[in-house]
Amino acid sequence: MFPLSSTMELSQAASLGLAVLIGIGFGFFLEKAGFGSARKLVAVFYFYDMAVAKVMFTAIVTAMAGLFLFSSIGLLDMAELYIEPSNYPAAIIGGLVFGLGFVIGGYCPGTSLTAAATGRIDGLAFLAGIFIASYGYAELLSGFDTWLASSAHPDLTLPGLTGIPMGWFVLLFIGFLALAGWGMSIAEKRFAGLRP
Amino acid sequence: MSTITASSSSPSAGTRTSPAPFWNPYLAGFGLGLVLLAAYLIAGRGLGATGAFSSVAAWIANALSPEHAQASAVHARYIANGTPFTAWLVYLLIGSAIGSAVSGYAAGRWTISIERGPRVTDRERLAFALVGGIIAGLGAKIARGCTSGQALTGASVLNPGSLVFMLSVFAAAYAVAWTYRKEWL
Repeated sequence: MFPLSSTMELSQAASLGLAVLIGIGFGFFLEKAGFGSARKLVAVFYFYDMAVAKVMFTAIVTAMAGLFLFSSIGLLDMAELYIEPSNYPAAIIGGLVFGLGFVIGGYCPGTSLTAAATGRIDGLAFLAGIFIASYGYAELLSGFDTWLASSAHPDLTLPGLTGIPMGWFVLLFIGFLALAGWGMSIAEKRFAGLRP
Repeated sequence: MSTITASSSSPSAGTRTSPAPFWNPYLAGFGLGLVLLAAYLIAGRGLGATGAFSSVAAWIANALSPEHAQASAVHARYIANGTPFTAWLVYLLIGSAIGSAVSGYAAGRWTISIERGPRVTDRERLAFALVGGIIAGLGAKIARGCTSGQALTGASVLNPGSLVFMLSVFAAAYAVAWTYRKEWL
């Protein structure tokens, strides 16, 4: 039955309308989490407010558990989901560069939009930066991009690679979230003095 | 224009209305996870924030000079997928802007402002935000995704490349955070 994109013919208007609806939910929860605020976001890197890690990890575990449940009762064909091809050098280099930009700019792309949409001019400046980078990347690094695409491995997942069923990973992640939540609450108390 | 400095106790303190508190992070994360799950169940793919920018960039490049745009494999790939007016990721971002604005307005957090730490000026903060956006944008292009398209979306299906990306983001951020503490603390 799911994903709907594979089991039923959605008109373009319906598909784009659903994109807007999903986007509204996305923006709503980002804003409610406080992610329209650069200082709330970077606080995770100074340990006095770990909300970014808590929200991200909870979202990942929730979605992972949901996908597993839908798949195990036969309502979802996991093979139909799009899996971004894996390119480890690109993931490491891109990730390191991205992390630097996150600390300097105070946002990531999705949250800078939330910031701009709630009136933050610094969020707008960050968005302008992403656009400049996107345009510049296409103009200057398209050869590199072609290499990236050609050297990526499609459809890799940990259950597929290890042969360990997804349910065990769900349990592992839930356990890790519980442990990390406990650790983060200690870190927040210890580093409370850094809060400006 | 109000300027938010770190001397205020909450992001919008100092404005006339006192904003509602942010949600419990585990509750907000649960909601975000349900949205991500819905994206997978409906569209067969997760969320994404940076793809829309490339789509718009390709459209503009094509409008300026189709020959020049086709010379870039990246522009050409996005042009082949259609204009931004029919791009799924663009509509996702339009929705996200609406959802953010509605939530922020309802909570009393909608305010024209520049958010910064107490030891930098507004002008410095805007320069940092622009440069940070360029750097993060470049990283997202190299990694083919950002915190939404790689970290959240990929990690939830246990994509090993996405998990490596997420670890790299946090490793770099924690490594440089102390260097940039004057901007925030």
